[in-house]
Amino acid sequence: MSPLEIVILLPLLAALAVGLGAPVRVFSVGSALVNLGLVVGLVWNFSTTGADKAGYAYVSSRTVLENPAIAFAVGADGVSLILALLTVLVALAAVWQISAEKPLMYHVASQLIAAGALGAFLCTDVFFLYAFHELALIPTLLMIALHGHGDEEHRKAVAWKTTVYLGAGSLILLAGLAWMVLEYSGGEKLTFDLTALKAQAAATPLPLEKQASIAFVLLLGFGTLVSLFPLHSWAAPAYAAAPTPVAMLHSGVLKKFGLYGLFRIALPLLPQGFQQPWVHQALLYMLLGNILIMGLVTIHQKRLDDVLANSSVMHMGYIFLGLAAGTEVALRGAVLLMFAHGISIALLFSLAGRLRSQLGTLELAKLGGLGSHAPAFTVLFAFGAFASIGLPGLANFAGEVMVFIGSFQTFGAAPFTPLQWAVVLALWGVVMSAVYMLRAYRGIFQGSANAGLFMTDPAFGQRLPLILLAAVLLIAGCCPWLLLGLMKTDLASVVETASTAIQEAAKAAPSASH
Amino acid sequence: MPETETTSAGLPTLLLLLPLLSALVILLAHRVLKGACVAISLLSAAICFLISLMLLGTKDAAPILLPFLEVGKFKIAIDAIIDQQSRGMMFIVTSIGFFVHLFSVGYMKEDEAKERFFGSLSLFMFSMTGIVLAGNLVMMFIFWELVGLSSYLLIGHWFEKASAAEASKKAFLTNRIGDFGFMIGILMLFSANHGDVSFAGLKESFAMGPLHDAAKTHTVFFMIAALGIFMGAVGKSAQFPLHVWLPDAMEGPTPVSALIHAATMVAAGVYMLVRCAFVIEASPDAATAIAWIGGLTALMAALIATQQNDIKRVLAYSTLSQLGYMVMAVGLVAMQALGQHDAAAPGHPAMFHLYTHAFFKAMLFLGSGAVIYACHHEQDIWKMGGLSKHMPVTFVTFLIGTASLMGVPFITSGFWSKEAILGVAFEVKGASPLFWIGVATALLTSFYMTRMFVIAFLGKPRSEHAHHAVEAPIVMILPLLALAILTAISPWGWAAKMFQAMKPDHAETHPTVMIASIAALVIGTGLGFFLYKGKAQDPLASKRLFKIFANKFYFDEIYAVLVKVLQDGLAWLVSGLERVFVDGLVARLPAFAARRIGSASRLLTSGHLQAYTFLLGAGLLLVIYLVVFVLPQMGH
Repeated sequence: MSPLEIVILLPLLAALAVGLGAPVRVFSVGSALVNLGLVVGLVWNFSTTGADKAGYAYVSSRTVLENPAIAFAVGADGVSLILALLTVLVALAAVWQISAEKPLMYHVASQLIAAGALGAFLCTDVFFLYAFHELALIPTLLMIALHGHGDEEHRKAVAWKTTVYLGAGSLILLAGLAWMVLEYSGGEKLTFDLTALKAQAAATPLPLEKQASIAFVLLLGFGTLVSLFPLHSWAAPAYAAAPTPVAMLHSGVLKKFGLYGLFRIALPLLPQGFQQPWVHQALLYMLLGNILIMGLVTIHQKRLDDVLANSSVMHMGYIFLGLAAGTEVALRGAVLLMFAHGISIALLFSLAGRLRSQLGTLELAKLGGLGSHAPAFTVLFAFGAFASIGLPGLANFAGEVMVFIGSFQTFGAAPFTPLQWAVVLALWGVVMSAVYMLRAYRGIFQGSANAGLFMTDPAFGQRLPLILLAAVLLIAGCCPWLLLGLMKTDLASVVETASTAIQEAAKAAPSASH
Repeated sequence: MPETETTSAGLPTLLLLLPLLSALVILLAHRVLKGACVAISLLSAAICFLISLMLLGTKDAAPILLPFLEVGKFKIAIDAIIDQQSRGMMFIVTSIGFFVHLFSVGYMKEDEAKERFFGSLSLFMFSMTGIVLAGNLVMMFIFWELVGLSSYLLIGHWFEKASAAEASKKAFLTNRIGDFGFMIGILMLFSANHGDVSFAGLKESFAMGPLHDAAKTHTVFFMIAALGIFMGAVGKSAQFPLHVWLPDAMEGPTPVSALIHAATMVAAGVYMLVRCAFVIEASPDAATAIAWIGGLTALMAALIATQQNDIKRVLAYSTLSQLGYMVMAVGLVAMQALGQHDAAAPGHPAMFHLYTHAFFKAMLFLGSGAVIYACHHEQDIWKMGGLSKHMPVTFVTFLIGTASLMGVPFITSGFWSKEAILGVAFEVKGASPLFWIGVATALLTSFYMTRMFVIAFLGKPRSEHAHHAVEAPIVMILPLLALAILTAISPWGWAAKMFQAMKPDHAETHPTVMIASIAALVIGTGLGFFLYKGKAQDPLASKRLFKIFANKFYFDEIYAVLVKVLQDGLAWLVSGLERVFVDGLVARLPAFAARRIGSASRLLTSGHLQAYTFLLGAGLLLVIYLVVFVLPQMGH
């Protein structure tokens, strides 16, 4: 039995146990702690020993069906381990901060989401990868509908909107995946095994136009799940309305599934799909929509939850930029950024949840001066806020700067390529992030406190998981090579095909625009 | 090329680690340590000062300290350059840093959050030593932003006060705009030099490598790159048009103003430009633009300074003006180097002025701090007066600082460094307007400093506080004296070695230059003295022209409108459009469908949302089933 199967099963069992009435704190928080320990151990072991020739470690496969070939196959490489680490960290913080008076369902749903995300990140079979994401989605939607913020009508409307969007996105995705799998089968036996599909993609690549079309469908499908502009409008209301642990887990972890899918499935299996200028340029426009338009929308927000929710949509643009660049440096930067964004947004949503439960409002105009009443809380918030605006020394910067550098490698085109223009515009987004985050920080923590609206620091026990997240931001920010080192040889093949593809696309781009 | 040796990594690593450790320890354990935080921070600053003295005796080196980013060939490390420029700058930073720490022990004694203050000071020392040591542009950028953070924390130290909170935000955001350009410049150099952004590597490429020729064919590219890098300095060194944050930064405690917003952080822009001199020299247009921006900043800030009444604001605008001088020197030297290419010559007039200015300006700020402390946080010079009798030590040190800033001939350090800059302006072809701008700035400098000095220190006390002012405690006097000594001896004796390192080689001055600058000093001082001697209010304040100066050319008002329209207005417009178009059109269909499904399923079930979601899950499973099992069968 692969240790990865235990990692996936543990939160499922915890959910079951808690659902059946086992002591909540022991089983939920305890299993999250054990899982964190397990994953850290696996990461450590992976960094010292390494992977098999396909790039995976801890591989195991149980055949479910012979034809079509579906197997419960697990395996981990650097990318999936980084995301698994993200998942267990956020899951621990999420279940830890659930207060005792909340219904059991908070724990059950959080554990299910964690299990789904872990399954999606650790499975190497496209079928299970997809199915695990669905498993995580359902409790997310239920929690928004049942325990979300706002009145019943509002949260049901939000839940519906989210359900329809994510359902539609999932269906488009499914159609795209099915199309791709069918094309690669060539009338022969169908397989959902990623390694086998990769071998097929290398041996008999699909025609260019077909690759581009499938890639575009996958981009729309996965993109909806990641709130790619203009398919994003579910995300901000959903995060603002979601109960805190769900907002943490979905925006921090589950949303990365779409990116992971693009990374893991679309890029290696359709390496030339993104090379086609129309797909490439469409992606650039969409991600600039995320950064510039959503950046401005975030500036306009008046409440902390709206600021955080919209900023989370905005920051996806930078990860897409890494994917669009497709160079080795940019892609690895994008993975780093997925991790960093997940930790920082989970930290911020957790703090926002506490603010809301203590003060009853998140309206920036009503808050103020908390810095002197709750200094530890303030410092933790500052860690999250400054990480998310890309302050060096905290994790997000390392990812962002790699994405920028990796997207800016060509020299000689006069003066910039379209991708480089996109980087310049994206850099302005970094200024906008600072504007809204510092405004929020100014509104909540600085100035003088409004009468009656003040809170004290959380007890030390409540602070622990948050300190853990802040420490991870700091460590990953100062020593990004720790995470980068996990991505070993396994990215190279993907990256090379992708980057030659992109270079050709860049050459083709000026002629296409004339 | 200095050899890369691991043995030389010890001192620079300590310089980085000590203040970082101090900041971390204070962050984590300030509740336990309480007052000991002050001692920890002070001790780390003192050791850093000693290390910088030890560093003065070491050879040039370029050690790698820590890995940072690594992907295949792509490597960016935390590395260091030890050379004349960084040793000199490190001495400035750590010496003034230590004296400001010491001064703060007295100044911040009563402050409730002095642990946070000293923690932030240590964080600042860490960031600033990082800038000084930086061996590549990405590392420079990292510490560049960290300096921005520590400045944000220190300006906003009294964050309950709305004005301090706003000022800290303004400083950070204005610097971010500069960093936007800085990053573009870095990325452009990165792409042009195939991934090598180390100063040594870039310098070599520009001197004789591929970039030497590329700079001639891709003129627009390298102009944008040079201006991008410059934009970073425009933010940090508060040059026009991003100068607006520095005067507001005076909301921070006065020792902070002395250390960060006068002597070190704001000078980092100049330091960085001198490090990147080869980039600017590669583009004549950029060099000219930089010289003019510097000159205009110098003149504009000097004009504004003539009508400020807050003692710290006068000094702040004076800092702006002097920074403008330094930036002008950077541009001028680059313009000069275009013809002659002797940029590698040791010493740079900008660095020289940075060095002399750092000591006397830090001293002036600490002096103003002593005055403010004595007058119970009164900062209006019109409510002071006659302080010379009550605060003799402060008076004398302030006098030395004022004389240096005005550039009293031959005996003050400020005279020599100002002369060096005016000398270059005089020599460079086509820069004569800049030379006269420099002279006019010198005249105005003498004028406003005399004005402030006469009003605050001479005459009769004009308020109760000024009347009862007493000399500051010894812990604040000592740093003042130390800095006064450093200011006085900086051109002579032991310090002359340092001075020599900073001083340009051909520092002999042209008679015209010397006559012009001495005339400027005499006229400016004379005007200031006769206009303000024995006055209780400003005789110029009612003049329309001077109202413009008093209102800082209305930059804040203009920018407020710009932010309102271009940022908040645009944000309002875009989010409205986003709601109408994206949410309206893209979401309308699914929402419509949702309502339909909703009402349909309400017919089927009890109306619970769980059931709907269950249906959704079941539906998805059905689709999966169809795709996986039924679709393949259809093919056969």
